[in-house]
Amino acid sequence: MGSVRVLVGTRKGGFILTSNEKREKWDVTGPLFTGWEIYHLKGSPADPDRLYASQSRGWFGQVLQRSDDGGATWNVMNNEFKYAGDVHTHKWYDNSDHPYEFARVWHLEPSAKNPDQVYAGVEDAALFVTDDGGQSWEELDGLRHHPSAVGWAPGAGGLCLHTILLDPTDGGRIVTAISSAGVFKSDDSGKTWRPANKGLVSNFMPDPDAEVGHCVHHVAMHPSRPDTLFMQKHWDVMRSDDGAETWQEVSGDLPSDFGFVIDVHTHEPETIYVVPIKSDQDHYVPDGKLRVYRSRTGGNEWEALTNGLPQENCYVNVLRDAMAVDRLDDCGIYFGTTGGQVYVSPDAGDTWRPIVHDLPSVLSVEVQTLS
Amino acid sequence: MIRVVLPAALRTLAGTGREVQVEVEGEATQRSILDAIERQYPQLRGTLRDPATMARRPMLRFFACEEDYTDAPPDDPLPAPVAAGTEPFLIVTAIAGG
Repeated sequence: MGSVRVLVGTRKGGFILTSNEKREKWDVTGPLFTGWEIYHLKGSPADPDRLYASQSRGWFGQVLQRSDDGGATWNVMNNEFKYAGDVHTHKWYDNSDHPYEFARVWHLEPSAKNPDQVYAGVEDAALFVTDDGGQSWEELDGLRHHPSAVGWAPGAGGLCLHTILLDPTDGGRIVTAISSAGVFKSDDSGKTWRPANKGLVSNFMPDPDAEVGHCVHHVAMHPSRPDTLFMQKHWDVMRSDDGAETWQEVSGDLPSDFGFVIDVHTHEPETIYVVPIKSDQDHYVPDGKLRVYRSRTGGNEWEALTNGLPQENCYVNVLRDAMAVDRLDDCGIYFGTTGGQVYVSPDAGDTWRPIVHDLPSVLSVEVQTLS
Repeated sequence: MIRVVLPAALRTLAGTGREVQVEVEGEATQRSILDAIERQYPQLRGTLRDPATMARRPMLRFFACEEDYTDAPPDDPLPAPVAAGTEPFLIVTAIAGG
């Protein structure tokens, strides 16, 4: 009998939602770290009781929390994320030069094998790693010292490194994504990096297919096929079948190809999910209808999943880290909205039900599948 | 002992009540009090001052004896009642909300 633990980060604290494999009845714990923005909560695949949380607030900066007992108790870890070497500038919204300034951790990616090793993607864009469970953090500064970094510019949410994909078959490959710089890839455990944006087209740039500058919103990967990557870009849903070397558009018949989240079914690596958003100006779902779109063909052909989701007067957004899939036999799909709802589908998207209705605005959703 | 009133969000983080008492090294100054708080409550490191620059978080202010010491030099002595523990050193946040 399996169970699931859903980790929810919101604008005003964290929440832990637990259920058995039926995913019908839920226990809700929280708010954790009340009043603070919880950009991300994530568990270690190697030790499910080891959780990490990124807690921040404009008044007080970044706090990194760690739990060793599945979220029952937490301890503050080292909060110092110090840029290594030369702290140069990046471009500001008006194209002026602006110094790199650490603001917060957007995404935590624990290693698959070592519960003490965690990668942290931060704003202003950089990648850090800890090998001692968060007691110290070191920047993998080859990324921020890439020659293109002086030209990176922030998206509306800031210059954030929000996606970290660790290749399960090759410990040396790391794929990251930065808004709005694009995808960067390392084949040597983060020492050296190169842009990986060939095939992306972004019309907000003077050169729409430039090597760097794309506003990539999220990238997802199925662990059995690490060379296949799926991307939700500012506009366009894309896929790569050669480990991010080249990208092809697979937006197909979506009602809008703007959005933030994208994820892959646990047992079907060609089944993917997105939540289309009306536009870059109107960050809410089209037509007042909350619809998840599923493609069983790896893109291009999409079906709307609506059973159990509001189909009128709904104007929420689903942010980039706010969708997750569990590993139960009947793959569960989860997402959270800026309206404070967290939905679950226990049948791969065919039907949906809310776990909670009225949380603060949801920033992130992750799920742990427990035996 | 120096009395310090913490803002609400830091009380929960430190697991304390509204007021804490800290022992400073040397004179009671803004810097020596912040150093003592961080020593006694390491979970607050980085929340009062930027850990890289040690600059005060810009949305925090420091009051004592009904005076604003926010922009006072950090090594200037604070008033005698703060040093004597008869008056608290207040760490106050900018107002949030309407």
